Amino acid sequence: METPIEVSGLVKTFGRTRALDGLDLTVRAGEVHGFLGPNGSGKSTTIRVLLGLLRADAGAVRLLGGDPWRDAVALHRRLAYVPGDVTLWPNLSGGEVIDLLGRLRGGLDPKRRAELLESFELDPRKKGRAYSKGNRQKVGLVAALASDVELLILDEPTSGLDPLMEEVFQHWVRRAKQDGRTVLLSSHILAEVEALCDRVTIIRNGRAVESGTLSELRHLHRTSIDAEVTAPLNGLADLPGVHDLRVDGNRVRFDVDTAALDAALRRLTELGVRSLVSTPPTLEELFLRHYEAVPEELVR
Amino acid sequence: MSTLAGTWQLARLALRRDRLLLPLWVLIIAVLPATYATSFFELFPTAAERAAYVTGTARNPSIIALLGPVYGDSVGALTAQRGGFLLVVVALASLLTVIRHTRVEEEAGRRELLGGAVLGRHAGLTAALLVTYAADVLLGLLTAAGLASTGLSAAGSCAYGLGTALTGVVFATVGGLTAQLTETAGGARGIGIAVLGASFALRMVGDTAANDWPSWLSPLGWAARVRPYEGERWWVLALPLVASALLAAVAYPVSVRRDLGAGVLPARLGPATAGRGLAGPFGLAWRLHRGQILWWSVGFGLLGLILGGAAQAAGRSVEGNQQLEDIMARIGGASGLADAYLGATLSLAGLAAAGYGIQAALRMRAEESAGHAEPVLATGAHRSTWLLSHVVFALVGPVVVLAVTGLATGLTYGLSVHDVPRELTRMLGAGLAQAPAAWVLAGLAVLLYGLLPRLAPVAWAVLAVCVLLGQLGAVLELDQWLLDLSPFTHTPQVLRDTWSATPLWALAVVALALAGAGVTAFRRRDVPVT
Repeated sequence: METPIEVSGLVKTFGRTRALDGLDLTVRAGEVHGFLGPNGSGKSTTIRVLLGLLRADAGAVRLLGGDPWRDAVALHRRLAYVPGDVTLWPNLSGGEVIDLLGRLRGGLDPKRRAELLESFELDPRKKGRAYSKGNRQKVGLVAALASDVELLILDEPTSGLDPLMEEVFQHWVRRAKQDGRTVLLSSHILAEVEALCDRVTIIRNGRAVESGTLSELRHLHRTSIDAEVTAPLNGLADLPGVHDLRVDGNRVRFDVDTAALDAALRRLTELGVRSLVSTPPTLEELFLRHYEAVPEELVR
Repeated sequence: MSTLAGTWQLARLALRRDRLLLPLWVLIIAVLPATYATSFFELFPTAAERAAYVTGTARNPSIIALLGPVYGDSVGALTAQRGGFLLVVVALASLLTVIRHTRVEEEAGRRELLGGAVLGRHAGLTAALLVTYAADVLLGLLTAAGLASTGLSAAGSCAYGLGTALTGVVFATVGGLTAQLTETAGGARGIGIAVLGASFALRMVGDTAANDWPSWLSPLGWAARVRPYEGERWWVLALPLVASALLAAVAYPVSVRRDLGAGVLPARLGPATAGRGLAGPFGLAWRLHRGQILWWSVGFGLLGLILGGAAQAAGRSVEGNQQLEDIMARIGGASGLADAYLGATLSLAGLAAAGYGIQAALRMRAEESAGHAEPVLATGAHRSTWLLSHVVFALVGPVVVLAVTGLATGLTYGLSVHDVPRELTRMLGAGLAQAPAAWVLAGLAVLLYGLLPRLAPVAWAVLAVCVLLGQLGAVLELDQWLLDLSPFTHTPQVLRDTWSATPLWALAVVALALAGAGVTAFRRRDVPVT
């Protein structure tokens, strides 16, 4: 099976701004791939290039084995897209928009459409102008998830959804994965990405800064250790890879690089361990490490 | 009064937001009556000439239907009748201004933002009404001053100015009421314009009938019945005041009883599934354009009926007046004066049809800016197909509008000269002959949209230049090459005995080339361009 999305060295400029600066992104068949980055990092631009809406300035882009610019129409029949801000025609009802988008893609599964409407608790008879932000997103999601397509491209699809509907969304993404669909999920919500994604790409300033499975990413980062030892502590501070060491009597807390974990634990057991808590890095910590310079851009 | 807290601030906000629009319409409408008076002084200096004009033209039923009754043959009386259509414009402007500062604000959610501040329950409606009333009164005073400055009597000028101002006040209050009824500004405008249309129809029927009682029921009929310059009946001015008070007495309780954002009439639900027709880009484009086509056709059909009916009288009225005959001949260029009038009328319809074509083409830009184009283009819809689905309406729409105008004009003109079949086909042909020039501007709008989407509205400026060249070119005696820049210069005078179809083909080819270049450019560019 071909790789649904393969991007390497992608460059896109708007006037003087370099929105994408040599981006690499690979999404494997059947996986849910998290696409993380702060506002303005280039997530939506990447997605628009993948959809053939924007033309790449440089780099190689393959989508479902084709060229997203040249083969746009043929490829679009095999994918469904939900933008981050679904806007609806004010005089069309939600149901009409769902059917229209479905027909433009080549057909909807009517049974799944009904199921989706019910689980998202969406009234399809309301006119576009009458929907709230969250309900507009639901219209886009129902239209996409009811389509029989190989690839779902979701650009921050849950903005405006309440936590209950977030659960419903996660359920349907898992179902799409079970059905063998591939999902590219751009998101701000780390819990959502942790719950759903097999692999993650983190992007900053138009460049992928991390890519891999969550455990691989964790592997590259520090584990927090909180231990109680029997003998007074010495020698730990000199170990390479140990950071932020805090000693409080017999209690010791520190962060340690994955590479130095073994050596650090050895030293601890030499001292005699009474209790030990080891916390792997959370996605949030990974994320923050890349965006420490711009914490105000972290919406959630 | 606590219910009015914040009214002053809201009124100032409305004035700040309308600082260009409001003075503009007030000034333009206020200046026009004085220009009518001046031209009547110049055209018909003697009482005999005016009397001839009154019997020949001003008493013609189509003129009365369009403008209202004429109560004498003084310059003042003629001016008051001539300004009759301005009442509709004042009414419309007042109606839309009030809705713009009430329901539009509420629908956009901006009123909610202010609702958190110290604001009385009545403040929003009161501020919108006060601002519009003030604009109407200012308009009335300026109008009266302008008329008096031409040498007309002060009393008559005041009566005319007040009649105009109070007509605006009534319809401002109508707007204040309709804004409470529906959830959408579009719905409120629709009901308000329907009230305006019904008032116009009532006045038309009353003014042309033997007994004019229907006109006394129409707010658009009152201003004329004050009889400015012909023995003013001041008490009639009480009618609009009482009507406004009654409308306000309904609007205020309704505005307090309903919730913010809600209307009195419930929002209608749509279908849960799409009909068979809403399947591809063309189905979607039809849904987006059909309302426009329908309303333009209705409007131009009505205008065609009125203008076609007036043609014969207009032709006769200038007989014996060399100056006017010259002007008419220059505008229309045809031998028969009625044909010249009809030719001029239909060429104006051609300019309006070009306006339709431009707005239909720019609909694509609106779709792109609103984020509606992106999800559609991310499906199996081809870019060219999506573009063409709108371009079709930009090209077919003007044809429909012009055909309806031509047929309506031909019908009433044919009735007045007792030869309907002949005039129907002649006027249909003359209407359709305007289409290729309109296509050129629509094609230009498509090209701009494809190539330089941010500059697409420039198409409107080009239309404005064409209008100026066409209307003022002959008067200013501009060089022919300058006039030739406008596609409308090349439209042949189809009502003449001999004319050539070659320019029409040439215009159509130019239009298609422009639109085709637009399609090519659009296929190569990024979407969306913000």
